[in-house]
Amino acid sequence: MPSTETRNPKPENLRIFLTGVGGQGTLLASRLLGEAALAAGLNPLVSETHGMAQRGGIVISTVVLGDLQSPLISPGEADVVLGFEALEAFRALDRCHGQTLVIANRAAIVPYPVAVGQARYPEVDRMLDLLSGQVGALLAFDAGALARRAGSPLAVNMVLLGALAACGRLPFPAAALLETIATRTNPKFLDSNCTAFEMGADAAGERANWLKRPDHPARAG
Amino acid sequence: MSELLQGRPGERRLYLGNEAIVRGALEAGVSLVSTYPGTPASEIGDRAYEIARQTDLYFEYSVNEKVALEVAAGAAAAGWRALCAMKHVGLNVAADALMTLAYVGVKGGLVIVSADDPSLFSSQNEQDNRYYAKMAGLPMLEPANPREAKDMALAAFGLSEKLRLPVLLRTTTRVNHTRGSVTLGPLAPRRGLGYFEKKPFSKVMVPAVARQAHVRLLAAEEQAKLASEGSEFNRVYGRGDWGIITSGVAAAYVADAVIELGLADRVRVLKLGFTHPLPADLIAEFLAPLTKVLVVEELEPYLEEGIRALAQARGLTVPIRGKAPELFSRLFEYHPGLVREKIAQYFGIPYRGPAVAVPEQVLEEALPERPPNLCPGCPHRAMYYSVKIALQELGLEGIFPTDIGCYTLGLLPPLSMADFLICMGSSVSTGAGISRATGQKVVAFIGDSTFFHAGLPALANAVHNRHDFLLIILDNGTTAMTGSQPHPGVSLVPPGYPGEHVPIERVVKALGVTQLWVVNPFKYKEALAATKEAVAASGLRVLISQAPCHLYAQRLTGKKRRARFQVADECGECRHCLEYFGCPAMYLKAGAPGEPGRMVIDEDLCSGCAFCVQWCECIRPVKMSSKE
Repeated sequence: MPSTETRNPKPENLRIFLTGVGGQGTLLASRLLGEAALAAGLNPLVSETHGMAQRGGIVISTVVLGDLQSPLISPGEADVVLGFEALEAFRALDRCHGQTLVIANRAAIVPYPVAVGQARYPEVDRMLDLLSGQVGALLAFDAGALARRAGSPLAVNMVLLGALAACGRLPFPAAALLETIATRTNPKFLDSNCTAFEMGADAAGERANWLKRPDHPARAG
Repeated sequence: MSELLQGRPGERRLYLGNEAIVRGALEAGVSLVSTYPGTPASEIGDRAYEIARQTDLYFEYSVNEKVALEVAAGAAAAGWRALCAMKHVGLNVAADALMTLAYVGVKGGLVIVSADDPSLFSSQNEQDNRYYAKMAGLPMLEPANPREAKDMALAAFGLSEKLRLPVLLRTTTRVNHTRGSVTLGPLAPRRGLGYFEKKPFSKVMVPAVARQAHVRLLAAEEQAKLASEGSEFNRVYGRGDWGIITSGVAAAYVADAVIELGLADRVRVLKLGFTHPLPADLIAEFLAPLTKVLVVEELEPYLEEGIRALAQARGLTVPIRGKAPELFSRLFEYHPGLVREKIAQYFGIPYRGPAVAVPEQVLEEALPERPPNLCPGCPHRAMYYSVKIALQELGLEGIFPTDIGCYTLGLLPPLSMADFLICMGSSVSTGAGISRATGQKVVAFIGDSTFFHAGLPALANAVHNRHDFLLIILDNGTTAMTGSQPHPGVSLVPPGYPGEHVPIERVVKALGVTQLWVVNPFKYKEALAATKEAVAASGLRVLISQAPCHLYAQRLTGKKRRARFQVADECGECRHCLEYFGCPAMYLKAGAPGEPGRMVIDEDLCSGCAFCVQWCECIRPVKMSSKE
């Protein structure tokens, strides 16, 4: 029997790993990436964490684009990591390979064992420094601060999406992702979401935010 | 209008596996959906609830999975198409109904979704429910992705009516919670009012009738086998003299691995979607020319056992491997890299996986863990605190049988308020057994939704058999853990929710409980006094801790906090709040080198519940600016 799968003609595989803490909006970010990819005619797969893990725990989601059927990303196989929180960005190092683009929020959310003095939160600069030695490119900035400036502390996800879209790794233009945000998110937050997205894009344009620049110049978004 | 009702046939949409199942059921003209919420199946009910508010679909959050299945079975007996969704362990609760419903059969299509949870993301075990289909003799479909989830949900109704049997649609978390592209078909109209035809001698399972029904079931299973042989959901691709047989999301990992390892010309793949009864002829035909076969499936060797037995029966000697110490494990979820590596290893293909950096090694220190925690402002934490203090003041050690819900997180320090847990409702009955066997002070905890689910018979039992323990019902007014679904006792309901309210207090009294306290856990003095009384007393006691889930109440009412709190400068180093309470809004801010740290309440995280301020003099309210 022949395969009944419909497959795009050789789209480039792109595995995006999103990690953060419950309440940071990782699920919405991954869903928006998926919707934008679908609108661009691709066959995205988005996998999500629900339930128990959301109570202040780590929330991981993945967006897989291209000629792939597996929704998960194995260790060492993420092409892009969006770290919504500094420690979680570093924890995702095991998903990275030598060419991975990591976009990390420098802001920390203190885990419970640290809050009660049972564990130490590693210095953010040290984690980022070590990370930059292992991956292809590292863009890091305080996405929380930008979100607050954009008018919504909850818009960290929009900031990071803006930064990602500006890096030119996505198979659709930044404007397409922004269009998805405009149609798929709560209209009440549209202004702050768009502002946050633009601020993220600007942050990607700041040379100082690149702890390691990619070998190849970014394609125009 | 619900997103699942939108879109033209032929259009592609990005659906969660669970949404795809609901869409498939709608395309089959489903008339009734019932469920008890449970991750990873919860969104099936939640989407169906939305749709029922907008159409004439009947939906209910049933009180438990057995009830949900029986409601659906009744409707299906009368000719309606019905969908019943639950998590894997829910099917244990519904198993009594399932096993004999297989004998009774259905008239309208009945599709039972069992959402299994490999890796136990939100479950107490990782049982493989494919064995239920085999045990009950029911046809089973196993989707690998959202597209198949929709197609199979739709097809399952027709199959169910053709065979007059319920059909098991068995998913796993990675299918339920993956979004993927789904092509819409037309929505089918729902059937009008059903009609229950009286045929007691085929529908009332007394022994004489059931004997005949079992004969009918075995005959229907033979028909199911033919359907499986010809099913479009079982398909073969690739060529070569090696073979892989796979199902579920593992089939996706196999498909990618075959391409990535360059094996498309060397391996034939049999991807099974109709997995009970197995298509024996198709499998035998697939095996016959092969020299080596690998079975790739998550959890138990369900396919592997069936295929090996079949090969033996047909005299096929091709080596068939799957679960083995050096190959695939029966434990936990698989992932693409693992499946790729094992395929390469089994067939002797040179392969080196990517180099993986270990963050702890790179950092040269352990990374702090991030365990899930009860939210700031959670009423469960407040109640746990009062129990802790009450026991301490009475000089007693408590044994804490607990139950399933957010409050199970009370297991973690500093609360450490969980000692024993099996399943829904087990707090009440295991509490009875522990106290009977030991005479120790047992304080059992159960949530409001869990109480209705499986606590009622256990409490009646405890009254009747004069057990001696304290049961604390943590009533936060909703089924919080799975996304705030209603239940009979709810005080918080989504707008327009039609359910009748069954107050817990009345139920507890009606079951014969005479020693009963009802407290608001956020009123510390009163809650502590009542808890001490209740702990100190003997015989069966029930204390109902009543305060709404903070998150849900806030979402429902849109009310903002009226206050927030801060730690005053005179706070010393007592750490009482950290060691007894552990609110995630509180943290120890490291001091300068050599200086002690100090307690801080995070101003964004503080819910303003005003509980801590009642027992710590160093915590003070902060004047809220109008903006907050």
